[in-house]
Amino acid sequence: MNRRASWKQLVATVAPGALWLVVFTLVPTLLIFYTSLLQRDPHGWLTGPLTLENYLRFLGLSAEGFDPLYLNILGRSLLLGLVTTVATVVLGYPFAFFIAGSARKNLLLLLVVLPFWTNFLIRVYAWIVIFQRKGVLNVFLDRFGLDPVLLYPSWSAVYVGTVYTYLPFLILPLYASVEKIDWSLLEAAYDLGASRFWGFVHAVLPQTLPGLVAGVLLVFVPAVGTFVISDLLGAGKAVLVGNVIQQQFGASRDWAFGSAAAFVLMAVVLAGLWLYARWTGERGMEDLV
Amino acid sequence: MKPRSWLTLHGVLVLLFLYLPIAVIVALSFNESKYGVAWHGFTFKWYRQLLEHTRIHPYVWNSLIVATVSTFVSTVLGTLLALGLARFRFSGRGGLLFLLYVPVVIPDVVMGVSLLLFFAWVQRLFGALHLGLTTVILGHVSFQVAYVTLVVKSRLAGLDPSLDEAAADLGAAGWMRFWRITFPLIAPGVAAGALLAFTLSLDDFVITFFTAGPGATTLPVYIFSSVKRGVTPEIHALSTLMILITTLALIAVQRVQARR
Repeated sequence: MNRRASWKQLVATVAPGALWLVVFTLVPTLLIFYTSLLQRDPHGWLTGPLTLENYLRFLGLSAEGFDPLYLNILGRSLLLGLVTTVATVVLGYPFAFFIAGSARKNLLLLLVVLPFWTNFLIRVYAWIVIFQRKGVLNVFLDRFGLDPVLLYPSWSAVYVGTVYTYLPFLILPLYASVEKIDWSLLEAAYDLGASRFWGFVHAVLPQTLPGLVAGVLLVFVPAVGTFVISDLLGAGKAVLVGNVIQQQFGASRDWAFGSAAAFVLMAVVLAGLWLYARWTGERGMEDLV
Repeated sequence: MKPRSWLTLHGVLVLLFLYLPIAVIVALSFNESKYGVAWHGFTFKWYRQLLEHTRIHPYVWNSLIVATVSTFVSTVLGTLLALGLARFRFSGRGGLLFLLYVPVVIPDVVMGVSLLLFFAWVQRLFGALHLGLTTVILGHVSFQVAYVTLVVKSRLAGLDPSLDEAAADLGAAGWMRFWRITFPLIAPGVAAGALLAFTLSLDDFVITFFTAGPGATTLPVYIFSSVKRGVTPEIHALSTLMILITTLALIAVQRVQARR
């Protein structure tokens, strides 16, 4: 990256891809914002004038008073993202060390990647089979003379399904960091009299932060935005922002309000990303892929 | 217990968690019983039905057509884009990099509805781009380009720029230099990017769900509607086959990498 490009070079390399991204990524994203300022017309299409009505509706502010319906849904989405992130860290952090310390690293990595490459809908569906009334779990409980539990459809099922789906997203970037740890720092900390706990906090944890933060972001963002997991495992009982967006663009056909909800979701995610990018720079962004 | 044993115990539990759902699906695909999870004996009949019932075949074809075409387009665009980003300075480079991360990081539901909106507006204003396989392919390329570019770009970053300069000094002109020098060096990165793009396309449900019109149902969209209607055992057989194919492909990739 040391030369200033000529026009010809740019047209031959960057231009087609850049044009594609502008037309099919930038323009559609801006269209969401524009549409969110319009109103639904009687035919299910859109009409002016520009208004903030949809955002006021999302915030629950109307002439009849305050109704936090959609704010609660947004809160639930954020809570799902947060709990999922914490759960995947609890499950995945020690697991990354387990892989790194194992003699069969490649096999273990393959075992983590494999579910990840198995169609995501099938993996979510498998939890229905496990949790349903006469599912695997209840057959198992029955064998031990225990009462059945009704986990499908429920929020618990949505939480388990989300943690399950995104766990590999955390493990893989984290493992990349754990593998590179310089363990001599830990020995140095012990030599200086650090306890096991403080040795870990000062000599190991900081070295895993790049992978951990990238993993957290890769789990949090799709978890907050999911509608498929809540749709399948919640079966209408679990409504998240993703479901609101999908309903407005589907059955309800209020694209203007759906766009406002999508824009709110995007703003929340981009704010988190902006903080991440400020903290890590271009290098950190590359860690995400 | 020693710390290492705790770590192993935790590791085994996580692996059980990861494989429980997959084991359930594989087991059910061989179960005689059509309803419920109780074991009624071993059978291959769901696999036979899967092959005999031609209902699913068009969906498989649609998935393969979309994945092949979109992977080809996105690999060409992404490789060139990565090359330009790695080699040249130009105004707007920062903005382009930011744009590149948008498909990677925004929730897929937002990307799906934004494309749906875009196609609807284009249709409204120009009467073109009715929802169908074409719009699905356009949508897939839009997220694949980002992944291909980033994978190839990281490969380019590890290259020695003096090779390229030496070729230039020896008089190799632009395209010749690309084909003879640069491309062979980044080929593994291009292949990795294309493989990632292909699998992302095959696996994609959300973007397809919003951008597919009638007649453009792909396999994941069909699986989604089956799950909502209540799954037939054929889906278990199909899933098991897909798991088997993925496993073999991953093992093959690892073998190839290990040899290098």
